[in-house]
Amino acid sequence: MSATPQAQKLFGHAEENNYLKCSSGIKSWLFTLDHKRIGVMYLIGVTFALFLAGVFALILRSELFTGDENFLSEAQYNQMFTLHGAIMVFAFIIPSIPAALGNFVLPMMLGAKDVAFPRLNLCSFYLWMFGTAFLLTAMLTNGLDTGWTFYTPYSITTTTAVIYATMGAFILGFSSIFTGLNFLVTVNTMRPKTMGWFKLPLFIWSLYATSIIQILATPVLGITLLLLIAERVMHIGIFDPAYGGDPVLFQHFFWFYSHPAVYIMILPAMGVISELISVYSHKKIFGYSFIAFSSVAIALLGFLVWGHHMFTSGQSQLVTLVFSAITFSVAIPSAVKVFNWLATLYKGSIKLVTPMCYALSFIFLFGIGGLTGLFLGTLSTDIHLHDTYFVVAHFHFVMVGGTLTALLGGLYHWWPKMFGRMYNDFLGRVGCFLVFVGFNLTFFPQFVMGSRGMPRRYARYDPEFEIFHQASTIGAFILGIGILLAFAVLVHAVFFGRKIGGNPFGAASLEWQSSSPPSFHNFDHKIHMNAPYDFSAMVYDEEMDTYIQRDFVTPETPEVPAPEPTKA
Amino acid sequence: MLNLIGLLAQTESESLVPAAPEYRDGSYWFPEAASSFAKDVDPLFMLIFWVSLVFFAAIVGFMIYFVIKYRDRPGHKVEKSASHNTALEIAWSVLPGFLLIWFFVDGAAGFFNMRVTPGDAEQIQVIARQFNWEFHYPNGDATTELHLVRNRPVEFVMESRDVLHSFFVPAFRQKQDVVPGRYTYTWVKPTKEGIFRLYCTEYCGDSHSLMKTNVHVYNSQEERDQATFYPWEDETPIKNGQRLFNMKCSGCHNNNDVKKTGPGLGGIWGKMETLSDGSTVEVNDNYFRESLLNPGAKLVKGYANQMPSFQGKLNDDQIFWLRAYIKSLTPNAKIEDELNLPASEAREKVDTADGDKPAAE
Amino acid sequence: MSTVEETADSHDEHDDDHHDHGEFIAHHFDSAEQQFDSGKLGIWVFLVTEVLFFSGLFVAYVLYRYHHPEVFVDASQFLDKVLGGINTIVLLFSSLTMAWAVRAAQLGNNNFAGKLILITMICAAAFLGIKAVEYSHKWDLYILPVSYYNYMEGYHPEAESGGIAGTLHISKWLVTLSMLPLLCLTLFSAGAVAMAATGKRLMAQFMLGLAIMMSGYFVGAFAGQTYQNWHEANLEAEEHAGDHGHDGDHAGDSIATGPDSTSERPPQIGVFFSIYYCMTGLHAIHVIAGMAALSWLYFRCLKAHFRPDYFGPVDYVGLYWHLVDLIWIYLFPLLYLIN
Repeated sequence: MSATPQAQKLFGHAEENNYLKCSSGIKSWLFTLDHKRIGVMYLIGVTFALFLAGVFALILRSELFTGDENFLSEAQYNQMFTLHGAIMVFAFIIPSIPAALGNFVLPMMLGAKDVAFPRLNLCSFYLWMFGTAFLLTAMLTNGLDTGWTFYTPYSITTTTAVIYATMGAFILGFSSIFTGLNFLVTVNTMRPKTMGWFKLPLFIWSLYATSIIQILATPVLGITLLLLIAERVMHIGIFDPAYGGDPVLFQHFFWFYSHPAVYIMILPAMGVISELISVYSHKKIFGYSFIAFSSVAIALLGFLVWGHHMFTSGQSQLVTLVFSAITFSVAIPSAVKVFNWLATLYKGSIKLVTPMCYALSFIFLFGIGGLTGLFLGTLSTDIHLHDTYFVVAHFHFVMVGGTLTALLGGLYHWWPKMFGRMYNDFLGRVGCFLVFVGFNLTFFPQFVMGSRGMPRRYARYDPEFEIFHQASTIGAFILGIGILLAFAVLVHAVFFGRKIGGNPFGAASLEWQSSSPPSFHNFDHKIHMNAPYDFSAMVYDEEMDTYIQRDFVTPETPEVPAPEPTKA
Repeated sequence: MLNLIGLLAQTESESLVPAAPEYRDGSYWFPEAASSFAKDVDPLFMLIFWVSLVFFAAIVGFMIYFVIKYRDRPGHKVEKSASHNTALEIAWSVLPGFLLIWFFVDGAAGFFNMRVTPGDAEQIQVIARQFNWEFHYPNGDATTELHLVRNRPVEFVMESRDVLHSFFVPAFRQKQDVVPGRYTYTWVKPTKEGIFRLYCTEYCGDSHSLMKTNVHVYNSQEERDQATFYPWEDETPIKNGQRLFNMKCSGCHNNNDVKKTGPGLGGIWGKMETLSDGSTVEVNDNYFRESLLNPGAKLVKGYANQMPSFQGKLNDDQIFWLRAYIKSLTPNAKIEDELNLPASEAREKVDTADGDKPAAE
Repeated sequence: MSTVEETADSHDEHDDDHHDHGEFIAHHFDSAEQQFDSGKLGIWVFLVTEVLFFSGLFVAYVLYRYHHPEVFVDASQFLDKVLGGINTIVLLFSSLTMAWAVRAAQLGNNNFAGKLILITMICAAAFLGIKAVEYSHKWDLYILPVSYYNYMEGYHPEAESGGIAGTLHISKWLVTLSMLPLLCLTLFSAGAVAMAATGKRLMAQFMLGLAIMMSGYFVGAFAGQTYQNWHEANLEAEEHAGDHGHDGDHAGDSIATGPDSTSERPPQIGVFFSIYYCMTGLHAIHVIAGMAALSWLYFRCLKAHFRPDYFGPVDYVGLYWHLVDLIWIYLFPLLYLIN
């Protein structure tokens, strides 16, 4: 793209002044307060966590290829699944979309220069580093074999490095709180006066709902983990039955955070999908306000259903009944979103490029993940299915089929914006296909063996489940290759991709009015406030190889540009 | 009396986890239904399954149809359509709600069936510990596998000696956590004769995946009694010890020299063990007894202090029997003659002999 | 980049009067108002997380009290209402000075705001001093979290502690706890002298302030220990007076309890103290964090940073300090005033 005056007016003049180039040296990254750089660092961090925990997943799937011992002892297997879960949940999924993608996109979507508290943002990233370092310390010292749930009293009695791991999760919790706090304040105070609540892109709505959960639920995890540490260090007798404590109380505390945390993981993914579906259908999102409010409804209802993880724990039957009833009510806002996405496709102009492939694959996989939730919310069937592979398959369909798919889709969508270069779309689609096929082959058989009675967290299993486990293991490797390919295509694009213009996909939200990659201050020109889903205003300009606002097609008299950036 | 069922023969096999019974399909999704709860669970599961499938097929069907029909191609343009339709949206928010209410009510009804024990149920006490199960019957018998009578409701009064466990029999569709520090209850009414698998489904530590056993359902009380009855007085101390070992110890200790959560107990008698503080101790009567009653006192090097004390949980006879069995696991240990006599006679001998009886409490 | 804000800091060396517009406005905010609003919303949200952080402990408290009400009544008699009450007053007073400091900062009166903040800091330290007396006294008596709880009727710790601490009737635990504050006091005083000697007036003043704050701890500890000894002596005298009547002992109880009711305490009494130590300990950590934040404000007051259109930090820390105070207002009756 050549920096014609026209292009400069539309996308700013960031050719040589973009956030990647404006300063260099390792310190300019490590001490940056720029939300975009922090987002990129987060992205590198969570990808590292994803690959590490992914390797654990492949190791344990390999061990499960047969029912007897292959190469892991039972204790080693237990450590593998624990570390897989803990690292995936605390170090990867929770920060993945909000802290990596959200950090990059959220202020730009609001037309702001940065988040409200840039230092807190950087602090949040370093807390992530420390927390992850603690988890890794646990892994490298004594290992960890409690399961990511740290259930008492086993977590009090086991000899593995529970204190390191819980400290890690505690610190990661604060990292998450700070991100949430920052986003919430940013959305409230940093958007332009003309941008009302209902002119916000839906990704912002979903991040806002996520922030509420992060702020309200995570502190409870914090105190729970502190109490667990205190219990382990000096037996305070709150959770330890040996001193009159109540192990089920721990489960209540833990799930009071960890169930809403499920929505910390999935809500931003839903927000990403809302963006992708509308951009690549080139059509205004259907039922904007229903989607927006369903995010908030999910966030609020999410606080009232933690007990559905404990139907068999021995809690009172009345409580169980209430939790089941509320659980069903969460199904509705999720379904509403799916229906609205479908209606958005209707009469659109659908481009089957890589991000859209991920979005459609999300609808398929999240559909299964959501519907299988019905079996688990229903009391009598849950008694049978609880703690079996059915549950494992269910939440992987939501967390991997949902969140990871959306993360990949979002990365493919915003990658040209982040790095100014286009990826190989064909290979991107191949990656998406492999992820889709591998994922289904991995997790669908787990539904069957689960309802046939295969308990989760088993290192050795009975012969009748072998065939399912073998399909699952093969699928896991295909999935692994798919994810590897997806990231390889993206990384390749950063160095060798074709340079592209400011708005290659014709999206209408504000971040696409910056240059690709954006300048240090995001927008060093006047931005045109338009509705986030008004695609009719976008037309393709061949000369600049990018979409532009229809109003700008006819040359106008040059306007005085907005104030110059204060810093180069 | 004779040991008719040969429970001992079974436990002498290599692995202390009983072999898995043959898996029998009930339907594609379920194992064979063997309790009264299957009629609550299976049809509801299938109902949700078909409803979900219809929804899923519709969603994916429309999605594929739209993607094909409205794909971006030369000449194709976005057509005008509404950006929202409140009536439609309210309809698809509310209408599925009725189905959900149906599932909820049906599920709750089944759940109450599963949680409310009928008054005429027989009580079986279940003790869960890392990593085995122990079942105590009303007549005083105790076994490591569960033995039930067909069509007789039975209530399980469950306690855990260490961490969380969960009692799960897929064929019965029943599950309940076992929580330390309190009793939990569950019940079933088996409806089919046969052998079924019982799993621990709450992660409980290293050998969690081996904390499984079998459930035997018999047609009559007599058969059950034969299966559970064990003539402690008529068997030798070694055999009694083996039986106790399988109930109380085999979760953490092997009967050969292979390390488990605790050390393997084969071939240790008379050996010098190195303790965690570097000193050594000979494995003899006294050390054996101390290790049972105060396990933390002299830990073998390389093991954590995880074993619960059996103080007050084993009587002197039982300790004597266990000692006899452990001793017999060491090939060249000297086995006293009375250890091969029936337990009742052995006790008399030991009582009259002087130094050999383990010191009384 | 941080440069915009950092240049703002580096300007401070000039100890200036000419605050040109926007010196403390970060580059990404459009106006001072936007910055203030963001900060204010941010601190409120942070306070919400703090409340939820404590809520876990409150839930644990409610559950155990619901299950063992009698244990809680019995156990709370080991807590000294007088010391707890003094601490409540100290904190309430500090809240008052804090609120006043916010007002002074808003008026741009940095000098006065600094003094008020210093008083707040002294109160915070005094609170910790009194808390240390309470803790050490309980530790002497083995009133500890459940697994270490080993209180015995009639046990007199004085008999065991020797040395100067013993002769002065100071708990050896209090001496241990006071080591860190003593170290800080020494360092700050030395720092103040050194700074004054090298002519760095501002830093000398700041160090002096910190030293004065730390001495607040010793005032609190001394007052608390004096009361404790006086109270102990009173009880002993009472005991000797009624010696032939019964052999009940009140080591530390502010309310005499009959020998029968105290001889067999249920094991859950330790759980009360587990909760007590968790709650008050976590609160004390927040007080210490508050002291750090207040020190920072004190420094900025010395530098005369605040003015009517820029006093956000004082306001935010003030809100935090009120929350710390408020939590204590809840803890005091819940733990000390049962019955």
